[in-house]
Amino acid sequence: MQNVTCKLRGLEKSFGQNHVLKGIDLDLRSGEVTALMGANGAGKSTLVKVLCGYHFADSGDIELGGEPFSPTDAADAISKGVVTVHQSIDDGVIPDLDVATNLTLDRLTEPGVGLFVNDRKLRAKAREVAESMGLTMDVRMRVADLDVADRQMIAIARAMARSPKLLILDEPTSSLSSSEAERLFALIDRLRAEGVAILYISHRMSDIRRIADRIVTMRDGAISGLFETEPLDYVGAVNAMLGHQMTEVDIDPVQGGRPVLQIKNLKLFEDSRPIDFEAREGEIVAFTGLLGSGKTQLAEIIYGLSKPSGGSLLLDGKEYLPTGAGDAVLKGVFMSPKDRSVNAVVPDFDIANNMTVPFLGAFSRFSFLGDKAQRKATDDMIDRIGVVCQSNFDGIDTLSGGNQQKVMIGRWLLKASRILLLDEPFQGVDIGARRDIGRYIRQTAQNRTTLVFVAEIDEALEIADRIVVLNEAAIAGEYINKNIDLNSLVADVSGPGERLALAG
Amino acid sequence: MCPAPVSGWLSQDEIWKMNKNALDFAIKYGFLILLGGLALFFSIYASGFASPRSAVFILQSVAITGILALGVTCTLVVGGFDLSIGSVATSALMLSAYTMVILEQSAFVAVALCLIMGALVGLVNGLLIVKMRVPDLLATLGMMFLLIGLQRIPTQGNSIATGMSLENGSVAEGTFSAAFLWLGRHRFDLFLDRLVPVPVVVFLLIALLIWLFLGYTRHGRLMYAIGSNERAAGLVGTNVHRYKIVAYMISGMLASVGGILLAARLGRGDIASGNNLLLDSVAAALIGFAVLGAARPNAFGTAAGALFVGILLQGLTMMNAPYYMQDFVKGAVLVAALVFTFYLSSRRGGRRTA
Repeated sequence: MQNVTCKLRGLEKSFGQNHVLKGIDLDLRSGEVTALMGANGAGKSTLVKVLCGYHFADSGDIELGGEPFSPTDAADAISKGVVTVHQSIDDGVIPDLDVATNLTLDRLTEPGVGLFVNDRKLRAKAREVAESMGLTMDVRMRVADLDVADRQMIAIARAMARSPKLLILDEPTSSLSSSEAERLFALIDRLRAEGVAILYISHRMSDIRRIADRIVTMRDGAISGLFETEPLDYVGAVNAMLGHQMTEVDIDPVQGGRPVLQIKNLKLFEDSRPIDFEAREGEIVAFTGLLGSGKTQLAEIIYGLSKPSGGSLLLDGKEYLPTGAGDAVLKGVFMSPKDRSVNAVVPDFDIANNMTVPFLGAFSRFSFLGDKAQRKATDDMIDRIGVVCQSNFDGIDTLSGGNQQKVMIGRWLLKASRILLLDEPFQGVDIGARRDIGRYIRQTAQNRTTLVFVAEIDEALEIADRIVVLNEAAIAGEYINKNIDLNSLVADVSGPGERLALAG
Repeated sequence: MCPAPVSGWLSQDEIWKMNKNALDFAIKYGFLILLGGLALFFSIYASGFASPRSAVFILQSVAITGILALGVTCTLVVGGFDLSIGSVATSALMLSAYTMVILEQSAFVAVALCLIMGALVGLVNGLLIVKMRVPDLLATLGMMFLLIGLQRIPTQGNSIATGMSLENGSVAEGTFSAAFLWLGRHRFDLFLDRLVPVPVVVFLLIALLIWLFLGYTRHGRLMYAIGSNERAAGLVGTNVHRYKIVAYMISGMLASVGGILLAARLGRGDIASGNNLLLDSVAAALIGFAVLGAARPNAFGTAAGALFVGILLQGLTMMNAPYYMQDFVKGAVLVAALVFTFYLSSRRGGRRTA
């Protein structure tokens, strides 16, 4: 039996009348990865925030390494050995500073550090940390200039630099490609071997299969399941998390009618191979591929945010060259972008205004808004797509991630479109909400063509009629979503090298 | 009366709910109640405060500041800021005087030139911010300096009045036309003879228009969306650049309206007037955040904020407070309003971060 690093007993937390944690008992043992699963709003984030000192528990005890642990703030929690990498990347890094400073930042706040910063020492220390993580970038680079995956790795490396007793990872792979995720897993393996207790929060079954020693599920503020006997019962865990049996989504692929979008000899980047592709009316096509495979670039070209380096687009047989998002929307091409909190949510607005913001023109007469029409349309959509809320007057940031995403997707389903682009529509969304969204998109797909851009193959399998694999900005494979040969699909995703290796 | 609960105590939830309701009420109406209380207080303790003439005097004292504040509100709504409004107003003051006194043009030409100048300054501000990517505070700070300097060049730093001697030795013979002075000095009859001055009417009219524009049109709603999340607004197809430029143009034009009214009231191109306009109007717009718990820029709040400052100063003056206390009082009100807005609203919103 390993040592218990962190022991939680009877942890309770309320926000006003909202009872978020209802008595959590949990042991986290050293050298063990505990996966924490739970739908959005189950209380995972609150539990993490109590552990890392953002919130105080109302009652209950926490022990860390045998000592009572009640962090006064985030810095205190870190200095006592509880280090957290948060879901939102930019919480974990300071974009305007260079990599070296970011990697050593927490040391600057330690008591007893000198007044002056010795840059050379700092960089040497940072390089050490970076190398131990397998990071190869120049530590003098500004973090803002790195791509998302590297920024995420920096955030995690920062946590590692503190040699933590308990490491909490809150959806760490949500912006990583699978090879980068594998690097992270390798690190987690190493830390586990060193005896760190790890609490790993994720929605991704593939992560959990790869890394978890045991699974704890939360539902409605309480622990609803604990799975620690080999082999882990993943289906049981999902059940305990959702409270009902999820049936596998069974897609009956639609052939599609006449072509809506035709892509001819399109070059995503200057030096990439041309793409030819046709999306037909009524079908849903999922584009999948690693981070950097050109998914987002393709979506942005179709939505008029980027210019292609060559080739042409046809919309309903006519030349289509959008000058920008506004022009695309006018022509019936809508896009729900990825990273909703940055790209989609208007935090000051309530649900109704968030939902209707693209189509305010349609809800107004002589520019004056028809509040009633706005709210009625919103209520209809709330019912249809299943947003859990008190009313359409709720502030958008009172909703859980899955419900916010429903609003963001619902926004583009208020009006008929010719092409609906959904870039990572299931990002940070629990399985229940994901199924709701997927179902509703399939229900409404008849009179348009729908293009979905997802990194997760599971998500593509759940929603698409046809799956197109992108690799290095070119089409690497195409599958009708029926009895797919997953090995071949994964090989296409991984690229030609992988395929040769498999063939050999 | 309902009977008290038998148990005699309230559950944690009920107490919390009551606190929350009280807090919500305070955030929403606290400022307006304070405004009413202040008016009541002065009505009782400052003789002559509660009269139509005094009310109009307050309105008149805040009209020009208020008009500028409504302009800066538009830039705040799109997440910007306009520091150049004060200097646009004084530039309009000098430009109108120059047009009439030295160029001997009509009131119409003077007003038209000023409005064009204001719109142009706003356009340049907007282009600097949107196209050249200069941060808003810096762009408009630069513009402020530029205008303060520019307005002095044609007259070698002198004020403009009929009869002043010009560089070429002649004497300026133009005059402020009666039609122009009407803008600043005419008073409409309302119950009493010659009660409401034109600037007050202009202020109320502009306040109404901006209130409708920001609160009830799709353009206003999109401007708020831009201020809240510019990327998201752009990605739903909003022409973010155009709206931002328009906001600065509105701000510039309203500032020049303020300058015109000031010139019409003074009747000369006084180089030293309008020094306080920028700070006073920015303060009014920021105080406006606290009105009705909006916690964001809004036209009604801005107008109420301007009135609040006006009432306070008028009341204090009538109670013989010395003039040099005025800025201190304004500052105190501003700080209190900001605390009100940001601290209380963050407590109310605290649950959201959970």
